[in-house]
Amino acid sequence: MTDSEKPSRRMFTASAGAAFAGMVLTACGPKRLYEVPQHKLKASIAEMERRYKEQLGKDIQVSDQGPMPGVHFAFALDISRCIGCRRCVYGCVAENNQSRDPQIHWIRVFSMEKEKGVDFTHADPYYNPPEVPEEGHFYVPVGCQQCENPPCTKVCPTGATWAEKDGIVVIDYDWCIGCRYCMAACPYGARHFNWKAPTIPENEINPHTHYLGNRPRPKGVVEKCTFCIQRSREGRYPACVEVCPVGARKFGNILDPNSEIRYIIEHKRVLVLKEELNTVPRFFYFYAT
Amino acid sequence: MRSGLLLLLLSGGIVPAADGPKIPPAPAGPERIEVPPPPFSDGIFPCTNCHAGMPVDRTRRELTAMHTDIVLKHDETHRWCLDCHDPTNRDFLHLASGERVPFDESYRLCGQCHGEKYRDWRAGVHGRRTGNWNGAKEYLLCAHCHNPHQPRFKPLAPKPAPQRPDRSMK
Ligand code: SF4
Ligand code: SF4
Repeated sequence: MTDSEKPSRRMFTASAGAAFAGMVLTACGPKRLYEVPQHKLKASIAEMERRYKEQLGKDIQVSDQGPMPGVHFAFALDISRCIGCRRCVYGCVAENNQSRDPQIHWIRVFSMEKEKGVDFTHADPYYNPPEVPEEGHFYVPVGCQQCENPPCTKVCPTGATWAEKDGIVVIDYDWCIGCRYCMAACPYGARHFNWKAPTIPENEINPHTHYLGNRPRPKGVVEKCTFCIQRSREGRYPACVEVCPVGARKFGNILDPNSEIRYIIEHKRVLVLKEELNTVPRFFYFYAT
Repeated sequence: MRSGLLLLLLSGGIVPAADGPKIPPAPAGPERIEVPPPPFSDGIFPCTNCHAGMPVDRTRRELTAMHTDIVLKHDETHRWCLDCHDPTNRDFLHLASGERVPFDESYRLCGQCHGEKYRDWRAGVHGRRTGNWNGAKEYLLCAHCHNPHQPRFKPLAPKPAPQRPDRSMK
């Protein structure tokens, strides 16, 4: 779609609001999703699926599954295991329908020198040796840290981004106006902007999507990691956990005392990035050995 | 009466809906763990196909007739084939105690020396798991990632580096 054919973001929001949702999309933020009558939400999602079919020529399922009670998600990544192979980066791109061109990667892997420790002033995301790991280096993959005290949501003027009850920080693309305040507020560079309409080869689109996650995005909105909300709310591991060849990525319910994640927090050396900013990440880094 | 009710509750017969999701505890104790088939070389198993009628030669030596592709780089100054492979029934491994262990429980054998890794693996912290964070998971055997004869993890070619930001006007 070229720019002239495509209605602007604001126009789209306005007309969508007028067309099928004057009655549905009245509040903003989580209220809009969780306090509207179920049948109205279902109707607007059905309308969304119809529009995707029209635009992409493909059946896309958009789930609106809410958080499970008693579940608060957390992630842990074993820095002593990660070899920097970037399998997680591309597994994530495929699962979550990230634009191939312009390129969007929700995960960025930084190569760091063992001598200097975890230090972003000496980190290189563009390393490209024939084989990894490289002598004297270790690797720190960084995506959204799903902060419990997220600076990104506080600055959003439209209430388009918020933290869910299970700890996942989400974005409603229909309410994002693309001001990018959240990108400036995020201390981890976790948010990415669609400067152009995303392009994904049709046969590579993942049709299994969630409203607040990997459904196809338009030009002009911000996106980021959602702990694979479309998978994790069904009880499955995120895609990066399953694709990592060294098993460095661990995921689960931090409220469950028998979970892998609790075992790690209770038994291993654990750190969070930029702890001094008090963002309270739910993404932990640990050393298994 | 009381114990009957307790049993029912324990067996999951009555689960109050408001209890939230049921999350099975991480496995602990000596139960069998579901794993995919062990990574045998093509056509090598069962080993008894060839070994059944053969006399057992317990002398430590370099193999020249068969298995010449196996280069042992795993504490090779102290270890040899029959430390892990069972001499009398080659379709099994054995522990230091002499207890026979099938190949799909080889983690018990590895765990004799690598106790800390074994514990972490059982807790789901070492190694790759797939499936459900709150349900059925598939584990991999140690040998799926580490060739038991040369366990060091092989380096990999990384996937392409991200593009650098393009500051030109297009
Ligand atoms: S796939 Fe695993 S080992 Fe490879 S870069 Fe990602 S976390 Fe590190
Ligand atoms: S890492 Fe960034 S985008 Fe993610 S919750 Fe924290 S501030 Fe928000």
